[in-house]
Parts: sequence; structure tokens; C-alpha cells
Amino acid sequence: MVESSKISTVGGDLNDFTRNEAGEISPTIENFFRYCSERKLMAVRCEQCETIHLPPRPFCSKCYSSNLEWFKLKGKGKLLTYSIVHVPPPQFETIAPYAVGVVKLEEGVNLPGVIKLKDMKNLNIGIELIVDFETLPFESWLGRTRYYFKEP
Amino acid sequence: MQKPLAAIISAGLSKFGRLDGMSLREIFAVAAKEAFDSCPNLNYKEDIKAIFIGHMIESSEHQCHTGPLIGDWVGLPNTPSLRFESACASSGAALRSGVMAIMSGLFDIVMVGGVERLTHLKTSEATEYLSLSADYALEQWNGFTFPALFASMAKAHMHKYRTKEEHFAMVAVKNHSCGAKNPKAHLQKEITLDKVMSSKVIASPLKLYDCSLISDGASCLILTKPELARKFTDSPVYIIGTGQASDTIGIYERDDLTKLNASILAAKQAYKMADISPKEVNLAEVHDCFTVAEILAYEALGFCKPGEGGNMIENQETCLDGCIPVNMSGGLKSKGHPVGATGAAQAYEIFLQLTAQADKRQVSDARIGLSHNIGGTGSTAIVHIYKR
Repeated sequence: MVESSKISTVGGDLNDFTRNEAGEISPTIENFFRYCSERKLMAVRCEQCETIHLPPRPFCSKCYSSNLEWFKLKGKGKLLTYSIVHVPPPQFETIAPYAVGVVKLEEGVNLPGVIKLKDMKNLNIGIELIVDFETLPFESWLGRTRYYFKEP
Repeated sequence: MQKPLAAIISAGLSKFGRLDGMSLREIFAVAAKEAFDSCPNLNYKEDIKAIFIGHMIESSEHQCHTGPLIGDWVGLPNTPSLRFESACASSGAALRSGVMAIMSGLFDIVMVGGVERLTHLKTSEATEYLSLSADYALEQWNGFTFPALFASMAKAHMHKYRTKEEHFAMVAVKNHSCGAKNPKAHLQKEITLDKVMSSKVIASPLKLYDCSLISDGASCLILTKPELARKFTDSPVYIIGTGQASDTIGIYERDDLTKLNASILAAKQAYKMADISPKEVNLAEVHDCFTVAEILAYEALGFCKPGEGGNMIENQETCLDGCIPVNMSGGLKSKGHPVGATGAAQAYEIFLQLTAQADKRQVSDARIGLSHNIGGTGSTAIVHIYKR
């Protein structure tokens, strides 16, 4: 994988969910999380109308172009809203109570996720957060790596 | 006012709550029997030409194919039947499809309704199934419970409009006071503001008493063409507007987390079709899956301006003697929320109110009613307008 802001171009074969002939990776949810397992927060940008899609989509839902390009997000943003979960689903019991929120990234797209702060008293709308990655003790169809937010 | 689209000639509702020992088909049969028995002029075996049924969670009973299942058990095994799954808006979707089927002219009479069975599950199982109506990959996988999604909207509303936690609690107090007057409600007891405010935090700022109930139950309506309605009853209720819209599956994709955008769009369609303004609505049943959702609904349905939902409940405008009584049935909060049955159950309450059968919770001189049913975090919204 090329380590640059432009990782690869996706050619538009919607039936190719792994890699195309040029070795490029399709814009799927699974591949988004595959990148997370490489500690990369990736989105796709439409080459035609420049809309950013996070998570990626097989074609641009704004202009319908299939000419999409993966790129690496800076992983920085501001908290739009949050909640502290006191009654967790079973796989989150060990970390409850924990915070979740929606973060507006510098690139202008929103991402939901777990927020981990050293002191939860600092949790407020508008605080700056950065992305990090963690490997989970369980897995789903999305793999076993997840991104989360923490203080810079 | 617009020519009616369809007429409700009869309606039935099972008790909502914990219906131990009853499975989906039996719960629905209770609702259907009430609808059949209260319309003696209906020869249901001959007259009902199609069945539209809402049902969300098949895992609870390892049972899909709910259409023929309940058709069989209500004595209509050969009647065409369809199941609708639109999360908590499943029977709102069934109702709307029934209206469209009548409008198409294909059928003169159809049965619509919904059913759900949840209370035999562990709470953690039921809540997990219910949360599947959001964006699993980005939301549930990232720790958002279903309450946490509505809590995030609540927090955004509090931040933007200075709405207080007490405003959410007031919705719970009001809806429990109504549910206490509804013999079919799941929890028929009044609660105090202190009780709500001091209840266990589920996902801040939402507490236990801000959340609707996990219930079993079923709802059933018989629809016909407006011009045929008086053959069957002297007091039909006419459906004069229907609207439906969608929103993104994940809340994170939305520009403004303080708005139920699909509900705004669905309401506009329904008002336009009915040719009325929000001010003409005499009572409404709105989707209070969480107390914050009722406040967002006031704003989406045009009962008040954006940001004024908190004031509306504080000023008691939506109580029984307020200018627009909301959720006189007790709502999802107190009547209960057997998700697949909820949309048609809202129509059942409007039917009772507009035919002056709502007893202690009757809104005086109710002429025009509205129901608002949403699925997931508002990704589906269905609005109907009714007149007597």
C-alpha cells in the first residue's frame, strides 16, 4: 500500500469487493475497517464533484460518478454531540460507563465513535479530538479493529 | 378540505404489556377479533380482500412470513397478505400501503395492523434487536446503543436551544398520566417529575423513565373506500392525508442533529394532501420512543417552531386540556411499544378519539387527528391525518 494522501484510485467495478487488476481496494465498509487494522482512517473522494464519503460508497451518491479515490483523513475534529452510555450492550460491559459521540472531522465529514478521555469531566460539545485505533477481544463481519476518539 | 383517501370502519387493539403465554398469531387474533366484533355489518370472511401487517423482529419467535401466519389465525388463510418491516414504523407502513391499496381501486376492503412479541426475551436481547434499525457498522459497532443515538440528539437540542432535562421528564409525566386512564396501556400509573429525574441513567441525558417500554401487543384496522364506509358504520373515521419520507440510516450523516428531517417532510406531504395547517389538528399521537423524540416531533409536525418544543411541554400545551393534546393513549412511553404494532395502534387511538370512545382521556370535540410513526432514529417517518 502506497503511504501517501492518495492511496489508490477505484475503477468502478462494483462486483470487485477485494482488489481490481491494478491491485486497488474497493470502496466498501469492510475495506474501511481493513484500513483501520492498518491504523489508517480512510475515506473516498469523488474525482468528479469532490464530495467526500465516509464511510466509502460504491459510487458517489451526489453526482453518481464511480470515479472515487481513497485518501487518508487527518483524523482530527471537533465533538458535535455525545452521550455517556451507562447501560451497555454485552460486548461493551467491561468499559461501561463510556462516552460515544459524533465528531466533525477537519475535512468536513462526520464520524461516530467511542470517546476516551483521561478525565471525563472534560467531555463537552466543541472539544477537539483525534482518532486512534484499538484491537478488540471479539470480532464481527467488520473485523476486530476499531477506531476511537481521544484528546490530542 | 381534501376528499378522503380511505375510511376506517373498525379497529381493534390487544392489551399492551407482558402477554405471557401468547405468541404472535394469538396476540394479533385478539386485536382482529375486537375489530371484527365491533363491526357487525362486516362479513369479514367474504369482505376482507387483503391483509397488510407490520412486524419487525422475527428473531424473537424464530418466525418470519407473518402475513400468512396471522391471516391463517384470523380465519382468512387464502387472503393475500404482506408483511412490512420498517423498524418501529412497520405498521405505519402497513397502514399507508393499505390506504394506497384502497386508493388503487384493486380492493374495496382491507385489514391492516401490526404485531410484536418482545417481553419473553432478555432485556439485553430485546434492546440489541431494536438497535438493528440504526447503522450497525458505524453506530452499534462503535458503541452506540439505541438510547445513546436519541440521547445524542437530546444533547444537541439542549446545546442549541437550552432545552432542559426536566423538559424531557415532563413528557414522561404527561404520558404516564394519560396511560393511567387507558385500560389497555402497559404501565397504567402516574409518575412524578422527581421519579423521572432520579431514575437510573441509561444513556445521558436520558434516564430509565425517558425510555419507552418493551411490550407485546397487536393492532388492527379495517379500511374501506370512503363512499362505502357508511354501509358498515354510522361513525367512520376518514383518512385525509398520508405522507412518508426517509432520512440517512446513520445520525452522523445528518447536517442538523436537532431535527427529525424525514418527519418534517412526511408531515408537509400529509398536510398538503389533507389541505389543512398544523393549527387545525385537534389531537395527535406522536412517536415518543424516547421523551426527546416527542419534543422533536412537536417541532417537526409544526405544532411549534424549531427549538420551542421544551416550552410547549412546560406550558402544558400538549396535555388533555391544552391547545393540542398529544399522546392521550399514553404514547409509547406508557401505553407501551410493541414496535411492529405501534403505528396502527396510534391510528386506533385516533379512531377512538374521533368516534368519542376514549372515555376518561377523551379530547372534547375532536374532529381532526394526526399520527406520527418513525422507524429507527427517524430514518423512516410516516404521518397520517384523520377526520371524523
